[in-house]
Amino acid sequence: MCLAVPGRVTEINGKTARVEYAGGLVRETGLDVLPQTAVGDYVLVHAGYAISRIDEDEARETLRMIEEMGGVEP
Amino acid sequence: MHKPARIRMAHGAGARLTGELVAEVFAASFGGPVLSRLEDSAEVYLPGSRLAFTTDCHVVRPLFFPGGDIGRLAVCGTVNDLAVKGARPRFLSLGFILAEGLELEMLERVARSVGAAAREAGAEVVAGDTKVVEAAAADGIFITSSGVGEIPAGRNLSIASAREGDLLVLSGNIAEHGVAVLDARESLGLGRDFASDCAPLNALVECACSAAPGLRALRDPTRGGLASVCLEIAAASGRRLVVDETALPIRPPVRAACEILGLDPLYVANEGLFVAVVPPDQAEALLKALRADPRGSDAAVIGRVERGNGDAEVETEAGGRRRLAWVEGEPLPRIC
Amino acid sequence: MNPEPGAFRDPRLARKLVAEIDELAEGRQATFMEVCGTHTVAIARSGLKSMLPASVRLVSGPGCPVCVTPQGEIERSISAARLPGVILATFGDMIRVPGSAGSLEAARSEGRDVRVLFSPRDALNLAEENPGRQVVFVGVGFETTIPGFCAALREARERGIGNLSVLNSFRLVPPALRVVLEHGPGVDGFILPGHVSAILGTAPYGFLAEAGRSAVVAGFEPVDVLLAIRMLLRQEAEDRRTVEVAYRRAVRPEGNPAARRLIEETLETADAGWRGLGVLPASGLRFRKGFADFDAGRRFDLETPEAPEPAGCRCAEVLLGKLGPRDCGLFGGRCTPEDPVGPCMVSSEGSCAAEYRYGQTED
Repeated sequence: MCLAVPGRVTEINGKTARVEYAGGLVRETGLDVLPQTAVGDYVLVHAGYAISRIDEDEARETLRMIEEMGGVEP
Repeated sequence: MHKPARIRMAHGAGARLTGELVAEVFAASFGGPVLSRLEDSAEVYLPGSRLAFTTDCHVVRPLFFPGGDIGRLAVCGTVNDLAVKGARPRFLSLGFILAEGLELEMLERVARSVGAAAREAGAEVVAGDTKVVEAAAADGIFITSSGVGEIPAGRNLSIASAREGDLLVLSGNIAEHGVAVLDARESLGLGRDFASDCAPLNALVECACSAAPGLRALRDPTRGGLASVCLEIAAASGRRLVVDETALPIRPPVRAACEILGLDPLYVANEGLFVAVVPPDQAEALLKALRADPRGSDAAVIGRVERGNGDAEVETEAGGRRRLAWVEGEPLPRIC
Repeated sequence: MNPEPGAFRDPRLARKLVAEIDELAEGRQATFMEVCGTHTVAIARSGLKSMLPASVRLVSGPGCPVCVTPQGEIERSISAARLPGVILATFGDMIRVPGSAGSLEAARSEGRDVRVLFSPRDALNLAEENPGRQVVFVGVGFETTIPGFCAALREARERGIGNLSVLNSFRLVPPALRVVLEHGPGVDGFILPGHVSAILGTAPYGFLAEAGRSAVVAGFEPVDVLLAIRMLLRQEAEDRRTVEVAYRRAVRPEGNPAARRLIEETLETADAGWRGLGVLPASGLRFRKGFADFDAGRRFDLETPEAPEPAGCRCAEVLLGKLGPRDCGLFGGRCTPEDPVGPCMVSSEGSCAAEYRYGQTED
């Protein structure tokens, strides 16, 4: 019910943004659901609307935390 | 002669208008010496050969799409069905069902495309037929194509011969055709990056057979995609096929489009690819030969044949394993 | 620099998490329910179950909006497609779902104008380009999809587009979770839907923890799901029951308030029927007075017929996690994706369809 794909906002025109996806694919996206979006933001797009911003620091932090796993504390 | 703008019912009636259509559109675009004789049957010579014979029906929508059209698809589809049996495509026949009201200019474009594709494949269109139906009954153009080819002595390709230990080699990037046609049909506006890979494969097949004389089988993953072909090979040979998801050659924009649309690339149609089942000691030679050819530059080993029960599995990127299943109908975009 | 999207599919990270899970699951049985149809498919396609220890069981819940759309509402959309001058717009997910007599795809073969769209935004242009016709959009989806519909209808109003309306089949996830708690068996914890939660935040799930279940909001890549399972097992091991977020890069605890405002200003909660589960209180939405003219059911006076569940169908139990797909007598025989009996087989994210397609091959 929630297929959403991450992409980079490259341009904003009012309530519409150009979002660039992996592989160079570019699609127009609505910002009505995520009005605080800025150019350069990495966002999740679902059914033609950006629904959430992807926090890249959090992404890195999550990956780092998993990397550091190795044995469960007693 | 004044060329009409549109096809009329009379064009299919077998009389003067049909004759004009055949001479001025078909023969002019893809006729050779045999077709031009306009006999009821084409007389051809294939002395002492094992023959491969195939038929295909083409109902693609839209009629024209980036990288091809229904005419090119008809020729390549039939040529490739012959080629994957190891046959050299020789003679083709085409049946056209046209909708009344079809613009002649569209038919001319399709006919020219047929001619170009046939020349590319080195095959000759020797026979054909035309009928015209009421506009509501046909969506512009339907084509039935048949073809006959010669299988050289000593060449025996059959999907039933896949054996434990064999490797699966894919000749190029997947999912190009299906995504391009979907883009064109549904006006998705995906961009210039997408085009059908529709092309004749017979030259690449010759290259493969020379490089790997022990080649067991070839198959072209058209409707139903790579998944369906793997399941067919598994079922025919009674083995298990295992596909390595990370090894599948796919262009980044095509992969992105599949993700956005919720399509599984394994089930998307291809029109310019084959899967080869090859003994492991000949895989390297096969790969080298394919990659040296412009149509095979992205060839890769994508899986293997194991002992099994006619099923297929996928080794996933994350390191898991899942069954590869039949899917009913064309893959559709999803939001869920 | 942004981390590669493939980072969350990295088999090396997956292996680390599996090792953690193996240790945490030692001597312990746990059953976790993933609620979201997208999770069902993601888990199936990545072959995750083949990587987990036998003591960790994953069951699918009722989070497939396509599956739980009542048959009567499917009939209604087919009826709408048959109205003169109507262009019926739908997401691809819905087009093959069978009502009691045919599907939208079948209606299209009959010559009805049924179009697959990817976004409610596309419906705006479709309506403008076809001024003499009525565009009716089949509105299926949960909290992830609903704000987009609301935004599109507001834009329709601004642009003076009067020939667009929506057949409302919207559903809400938390009420379905309540039903699972009430009627479902021993589900120890929940893998919560990452994108619904991007909208809702974590607050609406508090009742799960209060009911003694662990809950973790998960993303959809294999590493995301494995991380969530690890966090759920940690909660079990530490006897902690709370709602945590594993999908921190996309989900804030407060969710997306702008999205929720869009929903609240356009729609209000209402009781709604779920195929297989019956009517769940406050689990659906209806248009507020100011937007009632966008309600296609009203505009065209369309009825939603009653449709009884087929005999022998056990989807209700499967949707609640009480029964595994393979334990249903109809599975794979009378009920297959090509010829489905009940909602769980109807759509590719239904539990039974996913099991049928991707389930472990019997050796």
